[in-house]
Amino acid sequence: MLTIAQETYDAIVAHAKRDHPDEACGVVAGPEGSDRPERFVPMVNAAGSPTFYEFDSTELLALYKDMDARDEEPVVVYHSHTATEAYPSRTDIGLASEPNAHYVLVSTREHGNSEGPVEFRSYRITDGVVTEEEVTITPTGTADQRESTP
Amino acid sequence: MAIEVRIPTILRTYTDGAKAVEGSGGTLSALIDDLEGNHPGIKERLVEDKSGSVDLRRFVNVYINDEDVRFIGGLDAELSDGDQVVVLPAVAGGALPA
Repeated sequence: MLTIAQETYDAIVAHAKRDHPDEACGVVAGPEGSDRPERFVPMVNAAGSPTFYEFDSTELLALYKDMDARDEEPVVVYHSHTATEAYPSRTDIGLASEPNAHYVLVSTREHGNSEGPVEFRSYRITDGVVTEEEVTITPTGTADQRESTP
Repeated sequence: MAIEVRIPTILRTYTDGAKAVEGSGGTLSALIDDLEGNHPGIKERLVEDKSGSVDLRRFVNVYINDEDVRFIGGLDAELSDGDQVVVLPAVAGGALPA
């Protein structure tokens, strides 16, 4: 199950709507091993395409060095599909290279850049096998409060 | 000569979980052959046969001292003692079928 704060969920959706009809992409980093997506990092889609996304290679290195320095990992890797459903394509499955990440897909096919609901779904992709998982959205700040409660 | 090679999560099955290993070689190509000797199977994940010649896989990024090797000679990129090599799989995908 993916547990994500409302604020982060909204930021991913806003990014997907903003970049429509091109695919938007990014990560949400979190402390290594915590499974907590905490730091929203939108990335530029170097492919600038409605059907493909790729992080720029220089920005990719900078991102991973930054996460390394903070003892973080990419807890969520997200991207949008702009004309098809929010389900991993063959390309997504073939290129998935973070076995520990939640792969979030947002589909903007219904409302594009406009207001309106989007499909927001999360998957594990390991060794070519896709497993959809539940998404739980917590009011922003809740996760931290719960943690401080004994 | 020792070159530190940072290994991404998905390839740590070849390095017994190690995040970084040491290797040697005067070029990236030689370094990859050296890594293959100690971590069999890793080479296949980094390079592929492209119409008769061996090249880096399209969706594998390799950096020498923070420079993408594609801009400094690819597999022929030169290495010296103390260099740091980082391997990162591309983060890519999309609706288009491959």
